[in-house]
Amino acid sequence: MALLISLSKVTKTYKLGDDVEVSALRGVDLNIKEGEFVAIIGPSGSGKSTLMHMIGILDQPTTGTVELEGKNISKLTEEKLAELRNKHIGFVFQAFNLLPRTSALENVELPLIYSGDSASERKQKGEESLNMVGLRERMDHTPSQLSGGQQQRVAIARALVTKPSLILADEPTGNLDSKAGDEIITLLKDLNKEGNTIVLVTHEREIAERAKRIVEIKDGQIVSDKKTK
Amino acid sequence: MIPIAEIVKLSIQSLLRNKTRSVLTMLGIIIGVSAVILLVSIGQGLQNYITQQFESLGSNLVIVLPGKVGGGGGGFGAPNIAGSKLNLGDVDKLSRIGGAIESVGAGIEMPSSVSYLGKTKYTTTAGLTAEYQKMRNLTVSSGRMMTDSDNRAGRNVVNIGPGLVDSLFSGANPIGKQITIGGQKFQVVGVLSKIGSGGFGIDVNSFVVLPLTTAQKLFGMKSVQAIGVKARDKDSIPEVIRLVKKELSKRLKDDDFSVVDSSSLVATINQILNVVTLALGGIAAISLIVGGVGIMNIMLVSVTERTREIGLRKAVGAKPKDILIQFIIESVTLSVVGGGIGVLIGFLGALAINQFIATTVTFWSVALAFGVSAAIGVIFGVAPAARASKLNPIEALKYE
Repeated sequence: MALLISLSKVTKTYKLGDDVEVSALRGVDLNIKEGEFVAIIGPSGSGKSTLMHMIGILDQPTTGTVELEGKNISKLTEEKLAELRNKHIGFVFQAFNLLPRTSALENVELPLIYSGDSASERKQKGEESLNMVGLRERMDHTPSQLSGGQQQRVAIARALVTKPSLILADEPTGNLDSKAGDEIITLLKDLNKEGNTIVLVTHEREIAERAKRIVEIKDGQIVSDKKTK
Repeated sequence: MIPIAEIVKLSIQSLLRNKTRSVLTMLGIIIGVSAVILLVSIGQGLQNYITQQFESLGSNLVIVLPGKVGGGGGGFGAPNIAGSKLNLGDVDKLSRIGGAIESVGAGIEMPSSVSYLGKTKYTTTAGLTAEYQKMRNLTVSSGRMMTDSDNRAGRNVVNIGPGLVDSLFSGANPIGKQITIGGQKFQVVGVLSKIGSGGFGIDVNSFVVLPLTTAQKLFGMKSVQAIGVKARDKDSIPEVIRLVKKELSKRLKDDDFSVVDSSSLVATINQILNVVTLALGGIAAISLIVGGVGIMNIMLVSVTERTREIGLRKAVGAKPKDILIQFIIESVTLSVVGGGIGVLIGFLGALAINQFIATTVTFWSVALAFGVSAAIGVIFGVAPAARASKLNPIEALKYE
């Protein structure tokens, strides 16, 4: 399988004030291939969010290189990064981040506006995507008319709509009860079976166990990287 | 690059999701724009009314007024009507000059009460020579005009305005009837034709006209309040002014009379009214600026409130430019729609006020108010939009 994203010797240092520096990542090497289902696990403050931002190319490393499909993104402009995110990354957030008072379909169509799809293309792709998460019948509902689990599925449909190389889910079950959370993980597993590459960031071991590979991070370094049974 | 039409759609959707706030934000602009249009229309209406009044005096007219009117310093004094030293002798002398002077007329005007069979109306009584009636373009719709012979004989005859036919005679034919003015009886010999629409509460169709000498007797006056001198043509106006000044200076001091031609008088008055109109518009424009600050305020609040939305949009591929344009268009939409509603309200307001005071909605005030409000949308929208576009997506997504 082709290499999708590759981090080599990545460090990230944040400046807090004039003298104080915090190292969030201290030399991380990580390769993710197409079709993988990787869970990134670690306690809070471990650097797992920073790592997620690198993988989602929301942020650039202080030193080291991040390559997306063989292309170094470390020196790209904000404009170019936005374009790459639009094309390659589908985000799923803990708090769903759906636009309020906006229908499920319009929420799902959002990334397509920025990729320049026409209104009819957007509608067709949006409906297709909602169909994949089983919410086509509810496409006219606004977030407040949907349950938490349903809202997260709309968010997943939004991540899927551009047919991205990678779906990056940041604590997707964090705001859900265990039953709804379980359904979301099952959905992600199904999507992986259909060929989607998925990176799941979580602090719950139990959820991480359902991925195919677990990467554990602690104090800005990867401490274990192994396949699950 | 996404098409601008898509961003416009996004902006409008965002505004519609917050209808109450959008309307309240627009309110400042609505009030500002309608105030500008309304106040300028009042100023302009006043200007048109006065111009119209002077134009009814006829063209190529030079007017002699008592006292000092105008002056080198640009000041504008009122004519000294009560202390007028002009008299009918001056009128005779001027009319004998000939040459560039075609005709000479004179008149006085006094407020008075007019009654018929117990009904009384307070109005203006004008005493005019036959020539002056012509200069003022007065005509009768029935009966006859005042004549030179009425004037020479000082007959108690009167022409009444068409408004009095209704208010005093209840529409009946007034010709030949006796009306009472200032305790004396006068015979109605003609009804004046309806003129203009008037304004400022002055009923231009309800005044009465007597022969000048009759009016002088009635009011116990020896002087006249204005002498009209008609020039042969426009080009001879300076010559007429020179001749009139020369003749009158033989008897009167320079301070006792003023000679103005109607067009320069109108120009002077218009100049003053222009300043007044601009001042009114300027004061109203302040409320436009306040409206703009209101928009900026709300847009800044909106950016803060929608931080997570902005973060999300950036995460899914919105470029800083896309966010910038979206927020600018939101504020421009608010100001342009507000401006449009303001234009409508200003226009309707001017129409409503027109029942009491003459108003004229001018194209430039509408264009200016609308243009300024649209510009305000851009100017006051830039700062909030720039702030939104610079938000770091990571920080924005974390924002609680």
